[in-house]
Amino acid sequence: MMARSEIAGALLLCAGIAFFALLPGYVGGYGLSMAINFLMFAILATAWALFSGPTGYVSLATVAFFGIGAYSMAVLGETLPWAAVIAISATIAFVIALLVGLSTLRLRGVYFVIFSFGLAELIRQLVNWYESTHAGSVGRYVFLDISQQQIVWQLTAVLALVLIVGWLIGRSRVGFALRMIGDDETVALHCGINITLIKVMVFALSATFMAVVGAILAPRWTYLDPSIAFNPNISFQVLIMALLGGARRLYGPILGVIPMVLLFEYLSANFPHLFSVLLGITFLAIVYLVPNGVAGLYDTYRRKWRERGVAQPAREGSA
Amino acid sequence: MAFLDALLNGLTLGGMYALVAMGLTLQYGVARIMNLSYGEFLIAAAFATYWLFQLHAINPLLALFLVVPVAFALNWLIYQVLLNPLVKRSRTRGELEVNSILATFGLLFVIQGLVLLLFGSNYFSYTYINTVVMLAGSPLAMDRLLAVGFAVVIGALLYLALMRTRPGTALRAVSVDPRAAQLVGINVRAASAMAFALGGGLVAASGVLVSMFTTFNASMGVVFTMKALIVVIMGGAGNLLGALAAGLILGLAESFVSTYVAPGLTLAVTFALFLLVLLVRPTGMMGRAEA
Repeated sequence: MMARSEIAGALLLCAGIAFFALLPGYVGGYGLSMAINFLMFAILATAWALFSGPTGYVSLATVAFFGIGAYSMAVLGETLPWAAVIAISATIAFVIALLVGLSTLRLRGVYFVIFSFGLAELIRQLVNWYESTHAGSVGRYVFLDISQQQIVWQLTAVLALVLIVGWLIGRSRVGFALRMIGDDETVALHCGINITLIKVMVFALSATFMAVVGAILAPRWTYLDPSIAFNPNISFQVLIMALLGGARRLYGPILGVIPMVLLFEYLSANFPHLFSVLLGITFLAIVYLVPNGVAGLYDTYRRKWRERGVAQPAREGSA
Repeated sequence: MAFLDALLNGLTLGGMYALVAMGLTLQYGVARIMNLSYGEFLIAAAFATYWLFQLHAINPLLALFLVVPVAFALNWLIYQVLLNPLVKRSRTRGELEVNSILATFGLLFVIQGLVLLLFGSNYFSYTYINTVVMLAGSPLAMDRLLAVGFAVVIGALLYLALMRTRPGTALRAVSVDPRAAQLVGINVRAASAMAFALGGGLVAASGVLVSMFTTFNASMGVVFTMKALIVVIMGGAGNLLGALAAGLILGLAESFVSTYVAPGLTLAVTFALFLLVLLVRPTGMMGRAEA
C-alpha cells in the first residue's frame, strides 16, 4: 500500500517536471510569470513545512532567507559565475540559520514565532544600514542575462530537489525524530534524541532552499532594494499556503499553493485596493474552516470512506 | 548635553513603550491571546484621533474619552465572537497560542486594509500643542511630555485597579492559573473577555497619545506590535511592573544607540537585548513571580 502511493508520487513528480520543463515552449510571458510564481511559492512552502510542519514551530523568517539569497545575487551576480553565487547564497543562509537556530530554537512556541517575525526586519535593517553607510546607495540593479524560461527550469529543478529531500527525511530516522519533537519535546529528549541538533540542522536546511529560491528569482526584478527583497508579505503568504494545504504532509503545501497563487493573482488584478482586506478574510476562513489543511480534509474523508468499506461486509456477515 | 538629551529622549520613549505594552500584557498574560493585530488597533486609534481633530476640531485629549470606550467594546466583541471559538477548540495553552496567532494574523490584514482604504498609504501628522519646554538646558516637546504624563496616570490607575480591587485580583488569578481560578468561582471566560477588552482600550489610549507627537501611516502597526511583544516577553507575560522596566530599558538603549552609535541600528539593539534576556531568564525579567 505504502509502496503504491510512493510510486504514484514519483510518477506525479516526473509528470510535474516534464510539464514545467516543456511549458516555456507553449506559453507566453504571462504564463511564464504565473509558472514562476507557482514554483517559487511551491518551493518556499515545501521548505517551510520541512521544518515547521512536523515540529510545530511556526516560523515567520521565510523572507529573511529568501532576501539573503536575492541580495547575494544582486551584489555578486555580475562579478562571479551564476553557480558560485547560488552556492554562496546557500552557504550564507545555512550559516545564519545555524546561528539563529542555536540561539533561538531553545525558545518554545510563541517566543520562536516572535523572534522569527522580527528576524527578517532585523536583517532588512542591517542591510539597509550597511548599504546606506558603506555601499553608498540603498537600491541595486540586477542586469543578468537570464531569461524567464531559464528561471522556470531552475526553479523546477529546485522543486524536484526539495521534494526528494523532504521524502528522504520523512522516511529516515531524522523525520521520525522531528515528528516526535512535534508531539512532545520532553519525551523525545528522554528517548535519547539530540533534539537541538536535529532541529537546528533541519531549520538550516529549509533556510538554504529559501535562499536558493531568492537567488534564482533576483534577475527577475532588475531593480532590488531591501523593502522588495525582505517584503514581509512573502513570509505571510508562504505560511497561509502551507497551512491551507496541510503542513504535516510532504505534498500538502503544494495543494495549498495552487489555489492561493490563483487567488492572489485574481485579487491583485481585480481588487488592488481591497487586496489586504480579502487576504485577511481568506486567512481567517482557513484558520476557522480548514484547521488541518486540504491534506487533512483528504485524510479524514479517506478514513471515513475506508471505515464504510470495512463496515459493509461486516453487516452482510451478520445478516 | 548630548547625554542629557539622549537620557530624556530615552525616558519618554521608554514610557511610551511601557504604555503600549501594558495592554498586550493583559491580553497575553490573562486572556492567553497572542494578538498580532495589536499594533493595528493603535494605528486605527491614531487615525481616528486625526480624523476627529482635523475634521471635527475635537481635541485629542477629549478624543481619548471617545476612542477608548469604542475600542473597549469592539475588542470585547472580537473576543466573544472571533476568539472564543478558538479557546474552545484548543486543548492546550500552546495550541491556543498558535491558533490565536493565526487568527489575529488575519485580523491584522483586515484592519490594515481598511485603514489603507480609508486614508491611503501616506504619512499623517497634526500639530496640537507646539511649545517646547527647557529641562536643565535640554529642549523637550510639550506634547510629548503631556503624552508621557497621561501614560503615567493611566499606568498607575491600571496598577491600582489590578492590585487593590476584587475584579483586578480575579484577572491576576486567571493569569496565574485559569483552572484553579475556576475552582474558586471565577468566571474565566468573562475575565478573559474583560482582560482582552481592557487591553484593547489601553492600546487605543496609547494610539491617541502617540498620534500627538509622531507621524504615522497605515502600515506602521507591525512595528508597534513587535515592540510591544518584545517588551511583554522581556518583562514577563502578565506583569505590569515588568513591562514598565522592560519598556524603559528598551527606550533608553535605543536612544543612546541612536545618539552615540548609529540611528540605523536601533532594531538590532532591541533584538540583542530581547535575546539576551530570554537566554538568561526564559520567563522574562520578572518571570512568574508576582510584583
